[in-house]
Amino acid sequence: MTHFIDRRLNPKGRSVGNRQRFINRARTQIKEAVQKSLKDRTVSDFEGGQEISIPTKGTEEPRFRYSRQGGERDHVHPGNKEFVQGDQIKKPRSGGAGGRGKEASDSGDGEDSFQFTLTQDEFLDLFFEDLELPNLVKTGLKEIKQYKYRRAGFTTVGTPNNINLIRTMRNAYGRRIALGRPRSKDVVPLKEELFALEAKAEPTPEDVERKRELLAELERLEAKQKRVAFVDPIDVRFNSFAKTPVETSQAVMFCLMDVSGSMGEREKDLAKRFYILLHLFLRRRYERVDIVFIRHTHEAQEVDEETFFYSRQSGGTIVSTALEEMLKVVDDRYATNDWNIYVAQASDGYTQSGDAHHCVELLNSKIMPICQYYAYIEILDAREMEVFSDEETGAELWRAYRKVHRDWSNFAMTRISKPADIYPVFRKLFERKLSSNGPPKESKVA
Amino acid sequence: MTYLYEGADWDFETLKRVSEAIEDIALNDLKLDVYPNQVEIISTEQMLDAYSSHGMPLMYKHWSFGKLFAREEILYRAGYQGLAYEIVINSNPCISYLMEDNTMTMQALVTAHAAYGHNHFFKNNYLFRQWTDAEGILDYLEFAKKYITKCEDEFGVGAVEDIIDAAHALMDQGVFRYARPPRPSDEEREQRLMRRLAHDRETFNDLWRTLPFRDEARQKKLEKEREALQHSEKLGLPEENVLYFLEKHSPTLREWQAEILRIVRTVAQYFYPQKQTKVMNEGCATFVHHYIMNTLHEKGLITDGSYLEFIHSHSSVVFQPDFDDQRYSGINPYALGFAMMQDIRRICEDPTAEDRDWFPDFAGCGDWRGCLKDAWANFRDESFIEQFLSPKVMRDFKLFALKDEEENPVYEVSAIHDEFGYRRLRETLSRSYDIGVLEPNIQVVGANLSTDRKLKLSHLMHRSVPLDDKQRSKVLGYVQRLWGYDVEMDAKSA
Repeated sequence: MTHFIDRRLNPKGRSVGNRQRFINRARTQIKEAVQKSLKDRTVSDFEGGQEISIPTKGTEEPRFRYSRQGGERDHVHPGNKEFVQGDQIKKPRSGGAGGRGKEASDSGDGEDSFQFTLTQDEFLDLFFEDLELPNLVKTGLKEIKQYKYRRAGFTTVGTPNNINLIRTMRNAYGRRIALGRPRSKDVVPLKEELFALEAKAEPTPEDVERKRELLAELERLEAKQKRVAFVDPIDVRFNSFAKTPVETSQAVMFCLMDVSGSMGEREKDLAKRFYILLHLFLRRRYERVDIVFIRHTHEAQEVDEETFFYSRQSGGTIVSTALEEMLKVVDDRYATNDWNIYVAQASDGYTQSGDAHHCVELLNSKIMPICQYYAYIEILDAREMEVFSDEETGAELWRAYRKVHRDWSNFAMTRISKPADIYPVFRKLFERKLSSNGPPKESKVA
Repeated sequence: MTYLYEGADWDFETLKRVSEAIEDIALNDLKLDVYPNQVEIISTEQMLDAYSSHGMPLMYKHWSFGKLFAREEILYRAGYQGLAYEIVINSNPCISYLMEDNTMTMQALVTAHAAYGHNHFFKNNYLFRQWTDAEGILDYLEFAKKYITKCEDEFGVGAVEDIIDAAHALMDQGVFRYARPPRPSDEEREQRLMRRLAHDRETFNDLWRTLPFRDEARQKKLEKEREALQHSEKLGLPEENVLYFLEKHSPTLREWQAEILRIVRTVAQYFYPQKQTKVMNEGCATFVHHYIMNTLHEKGLITDGSYLEFIHSHSSVVFQPDFDDQRYSGINPYALGFAMMQDIRRICEDPTAEDRDWFPDFAGCGDWRGCLKDAWANFRDESFIEQFLSPKVMRDFKLFALKDEEENPVYEVSAIHDEFGYRRLRETLSRSYDIGVLEPNIQVVGANLSTDRKLKLSHLMHRSVPLDDKQRSKVLGYVQRLWGYDVEMDAKSA
């Protein structure tokens, strides 16, 4: 009578629509939580789903419910130990707590915040304000960085160390059969017979006759064996290797940032977003991504992330110090033929006068040739953004970098003033790269 | 005799074999009366899905279900909470979901529990028979889902969401508590109208109209009151089903909006009996699985290992922590229901003098099957406890009652499990399961359709327990959205 149905293969995700609705509903709260989580997370921490906690405001479901206090009520509980009728038990101070708290709030949603996990896509979607990140993967870079030899069949020419024995012997065997080369299996019995005959002390005339026949036959066979070689040069096959390009599976990302007084909380926050995005992007491309944080004022130093974003330092602003520091780190730890080098520099555009020229020199002569991609982001406030709406105008550093930008297709520069700018800018940077047709340089061929 | 299965793995072959053995015990030994069974095997994720839509296989879309899903998922993934082993739907055929992760023993237990225990209860309990439509619920939900999707296409997701939000807030006030919704046929309606007309004609007396007024002002007031009364009667006031009232009389709701209210209250009504029979329903299912699994073991159909596994899950299901235990969160309906039903069996078979005193009708009658089936069919939690809770169970649970009065800084222990306390304890516990007490009694008492269209709601307070203020004003906001004009609410002592 019972009827069994296997539903396991039914389409999954019946509740996806509802989830979407819920996220839309709580959009404001979730967004706030996501913004907040920016502060609590490190740049490399943005892979995978994000657990967030939002206030219930906006997603609460009110009902007419009894208040937890007031009026007169009875409760029945199990597990009496010492109470007898008429005992008095002090009420806990503020309603709620104690043995009865749970009962009173049984159906009420007493929780003040609601915790759940956003998938990475949902998270990024909100993080970059509704921009479609998944497309990013398609616009991935196609940098050829290294070559590797891959097996590519067999050839007739090559060096002895690459001889493929199996192929060679197989060819030889086939040729021997085809040309009828006598096998030792045919020759050996004849020889044995001949020896036997020769060992006879008194050969009969038949024996002598037979000996002559055998000798003639042996001679013929051995001659043929000589003519048809056991292994002939035409049998030989070599393993062939073709040179194929592979991408280096590791990348290092340099985050350079001006931390002088002119860079405030807001500017750093924007820069961090850009770094996060770049990091995510690189993570999709490379097996291993290192991040190096270099901050600078009038001098530069490599620091950890915490210090990079949150500690303050006073001083002037000399951008070139950071570039020099970066080159030093590359020399020390990141051999250019093993590592893809990405640089993201964030600044508010100010540097000591004259320094910009030095930066350009460094970039042209040393940095641009070794790095895969260099992104310069100038962080402005909204008002400045209007003033500098023209690409040509700008502070000294900007104008100097324009030159680099013209010379090097893998140098990108842009201005941003609010979080929503970041993604389109990011996209633009990489799109431009794609349309520039192929890799900028092949300087790192192994 | 060979075992039905060995080890933890199951396949459909085994499921079928075990289910036949269970059915044999359920129908021929326990003499249960069930809807045909449809058992569906689902994955963990599907179970979570089902969780978040009231356990129904189909449901209209709403963000609150997404919220529930998100919560359940995180609790489950973090390991705070296991999933239910089964979900069962009161429909004909009765659909039970079994999780694919269950071991064979669990599948057997769950089949006995859901497909026979709950199933019998759904089919026989008077509340379910009276209030729910097991034949039609799935078709109805299918309709509801399609209808709401259509509305979303036509009027926008936001507009539909607004209405559903508001309707959900009033879901508890969207049921008829005392009578099945009036559903007169057209013919009856016409007859009733004719009767009314005839009555008016017969009782009309022109003389009354021409009586001189002695006191103009008073007369006017009287007339106004009479008018108001007539008006209320026409609207069917007072009305306890707030959603129904809004659906029928809201001056601003459009037809599709009213239909959505109707859908929401139909769903609410469908679940209404379940709210009132938690203890009984779970008790019945637990009693049945306990009996069946034991019988399987006695017959030598399952191994000792399986039996131990069963005992282990059974005892965690009926575990009742004490009030001062960290794990305590009220009385476990499985534990109470199961204990009471086992006790009924004991009283039927082997009563003590006390039992004969308390339950003269059936103590020692021997027919525990009949006795339980009668209880399952004709009671709900409140009346079941009032009728069947025995002193022994109260002693076993060590129950005690507290009195909590607002002005009193202490709780008073009003009764414990002793000779003086049994009756009072039982009555108090029974009352705490009364849905009329559990949920605030809110009624529509007035709607000045002819003047300012103000809607008046009234909370009939039970023992002067007030409503939660914050929630109350939010819900009233929703009522206003549905009504379209001002809404006010007062509280009266009932």
